[in-house]
Amino acid sequence: MDVSEKLAILADAAKYDASCASSGAKSTRAGSKLGSTEGMGICHSYTPDGRCISLLKLLLTNYCIYDCQYCVNRISSDTPRARFTVEEVVRLTIDFYKRNYIEGLFLSSGIIQNSDYTMQQLIAVAKQLRTVHQFGGYIHLKTIPNAAQELINEAGLWADRLSVNIELPTAADLRTLAPEKKQPQIVESMNGIKLKITEQRQEKAAGFQTPRFAPAGQSTQMIVGATATPDLEILKTAASLYDGPRLRRVYYSAYSPIPHADARLPGKSPSLVREHRLYQADWLLRFYGFTADEIVAEADHNLSLEIDPKTAWALANRHRFPVDVNTAPREELLRIPGVGVRNVARILQIRVHQRLRVADLKSLRVAWNRAAPFVVTADHNPALQVLDKQDLRTRLQPPATQLLLFDLTASSLSGEL
Amino acid sequence: MHWIPVDHFQQWREAARRLITAAVPPEEINWISGGQPNLFGSEGDAAERAALESAAAEPPAPAFTVPSQFIELARHVACHRDPNRWELLYRALWRLKHAEPYLLEIVTDSDVRRLMLMQKAVTRDLHKMKAFVRFRQAVLGDEEVFIAWHRPDHRVVRLAAPFFARRFNGMNWSILTPDESVSWDQHQLHYGPGATVADAPDSDALENLWRTYYASIFNPARVKVAAMKRELPVRHWPTLPETSLIPELLRTAHSRMDQMIESKSGFEQTAAAFLPPKVDLPSLRQAAGVCTACDLYRDATQAVFGEGPPQAQIVLVGEQPGDREDLEGHPFVGPAGVLLDEALQAAGVPREDVYITNVVKHFKFTLRGKRRLHQKPNAREISACRPWLEAELGVIKPKMLVCLGATAAQALLGRNFRITQQRGQIIASDWCSRTLATWHPAAILRMPDPARREEMNAQLVSDLAQVH
Ligand code: SF4
Ligand code: SF4
Repeated sequence: MDVSEKLAILADAAKYDASCASSGAKSTRAGSKLGSTEGMGICHSYTPDGRCISLLKLLLTNYCIYDCQYCVNRISSDTPRARFTVEEVVRLTIDFYKRNYIEGLFLSSGIIQNSDYTMQQLIAVAKQLRTVHQFGGYIHLKTIPNAAQELINEAGLWADRLSVNIELPTAADLRTLAPEKKQPQIVESMNGIKLKITEQRQEKAAGFQTPRFAPAGQSTQMIVGATATPDLEILKTAASLYDGPRLRRVYYSAYSPIPHADARLPGKSPSLVREHRLYQADWLLRFYGFTADEIVAEADHNLSLEIDPKTAWALANRHRFPVDVNTAPREELLRIPGVGVRNVARILQIRVHQRLRVADLKSLRVAWNRAAPFVVTADHNPALQVLDKQDLRTRLQPPATQLLLFDLTASSLSGEL
Repeated sequence: MHWIPVDHFQQWREAARRLITAAVPPEEINWISGGQPNLFGSEGDAAERAALESAAAEPPAPAFTVPSQFIELARHVACHRDPNRWELLYRALWRLKHAEPYLLEIVTDSDVRRLMLMQKAVTRDLHKMKAFVRFRQAVLGDEEVFIAWHRPDHRVVRLAAPFFARRFNGMNWSILTPDESVSWDQHQLHYGPGATVADAPDSDALENLWRTYYASIFNPARVKVAAMKRELPVRHWPTLPETSLIPELLRTAHSRMDQMIESKSGFEQTAAAFLPPKVDLPSLRQAAGVCTACDLYRDATQAVFGEGPPQAQIVLVGEQPGDREDLEGHPFVGPAGVLLDEALQAAGVPREDVYITNVVKHFKFTLRGKRRLHQKPNAREISACRPWLEAELGVIKPKMLVCLGATAAQALLGRNFRITQQRGQIIASDWCSRTLATWHPAAILRMPDPARREEMNAQLVSDLAQVH
């Protein structure tokens, strides 16, 4: 099998991985000859599914001895298999990088022989790139479940970001669909990485010359919709990962219509809308001061699909509105539907010098149709009178599904809600 | 009226500094953009450039200061193609210096908004340049060089060049654009005149691999053309090798998705969907007869279910029925069955006391002429058929479980089981506390070396003798 055939199989197998953004390494590794990392990663291309191509996203191999039921690479699946050598991945990365196709490498793998052996292979790729080619581009390694902590620690020396997949929202979900993986062990690996990151920072702050350790932090991926676990549990797990091991990012991946999925999984993939709603809720957790319980108030513990979580919260908490944009503290501004973090910063900046009127808010491009019933401005805001109307919810619900999906995509990516 | 010719940021900055100091109001200035940008092409310009660039690096003249945010803004706006940019910049500067020091914070002001929109356009274009430049490899003399042809919307080459120098530090490269070109020799940036597409190489051997990657990473179940075009504007397509695939990918997306769904529905089933409500051996046998959980039922004659007394203490599990078994409908009746019978007898185990079955219930084969050649079942088929075996073992609850061959051993003892190393050892499995694996009689029959065959046969007998 030549490299091109392997590439077709092993890129295809990696495409369901959501955690592909390259961001967070603020400075380039010293002594690099090829490649740089300067904060936000660049999207070098876009596929017709509208997704950004930033990294060369590959599996080292899609052979796997595990049998996780949601995964197309599980041993019982008859998907075509391939395996790259370490050198082939290194070569591809360098060749693509030199032509400015990519920002770096995202490397994951099915498990061959055992976890440690597989992890060593991933490390070998990263180490060769760094030491033989003086590669300074971005490297994200996905750690292999149940690999030894020493190996994970070594990976952190060469990688910009490490990730340990939480896979499914609860320990019980894992038991049903991926019995070989255990949630406590997964969280332990994450805590191990956090410990190394903190150690390295402290030593550096104390003036020691310490080698870099995963400067872009760690992230994880959670598959949603493969089990019946509701959004509330999903968000609670996410919140605990932000608080505990201090993850930079939790990625949600709607259980894809992957070929050959097991009969125990729900036949239909949950709507993409759910995935977007979770991303929106995730922003609220991280940047808007909301807790999971506040965000998910629906009786069935799931986010509303019709309305974004921030507007839903405001509707359920009308007594806390209207908010005066010219006097309210930052925390309250952040809770106004349609006014994102960036706009809150701008409002705080502008109002030092002048009082804000409806026209000012509109020119800031806040989502005025959603914000209008909830704010007091320096001038008359006619929309305020509908705040107490029974049908406010229907008024705020976006009319066309098409528009809905578009709005959703934009705000779940930008975090402006 | 002041007539001020201006082509680039440094010129404007010098002039603006003079004019502000001389208190010349915006209305009295007419900024004239030259048609061509200053290319710093000739040698004579080098000194001027050095002077200007060092001036730019220094803090503004002591006469007055402006917020650094404004300098950033102006540096970007200066690269915009809008002819009014100089005038707009000067007016904003004038207002900043006269009673509106916080002007830039009032993003709702119309001048500030226009400037910010221009800045945004330039920043976006700069970003797209960093993203969409595609180098092609060429060999000049014995040096490897990388050359790109790119068409930016604005004059962003100089804003972008330092980024490329940092990133492709150890390469010799050039970026050609219609207005200006820049190259890097691993020490310094050199700017030159504009170029045409013909000046760049027309292909690169790596581009096919890149296209392969592009096509493979795309998920046909989620086509979003508008979103793609917003970020990957069609006017950039000609310089991006991967875009030649887009029409074809879109055309086939539907059928590829249908394939995904179809193969899913064909495979997601396991025999669990066919289990009868009443779980005893006769009902199981009957239900397996109509199982279609995997494709093996299509070509086989019939399902061959396990046989033996329900109260059997010993269960033997083989791989799958063979040619004879398939035709007759009973397990182990062909040559392998004969060998097994002999071995059981030699070990002193009456065949009537054992229940014999297989991991997979339908015969899998390839046709070679008229002959049907046995083929190993794959992981998918094994896992689809597994519920039958599990149900049989659940009903019988044997005291002793014997796996015949690697397929059965790995199905019941885990994938790490190695029959060559662990043959004949009694281990606990999920199904029976006394489980052992031994050779499959068919493997013995296929062994070409007679001495080895003899040895394996003896091992089979001695392993079976352990079941008492
Ligand atoms: S270990 Fe990873 S690759 Fe293997 S089956 Fe599980 S999820 Fe898939
Ligand atoms: S081999 Fe097993 S799973 Fe496949 S059709 Fe036959 S009985 Fe069903």
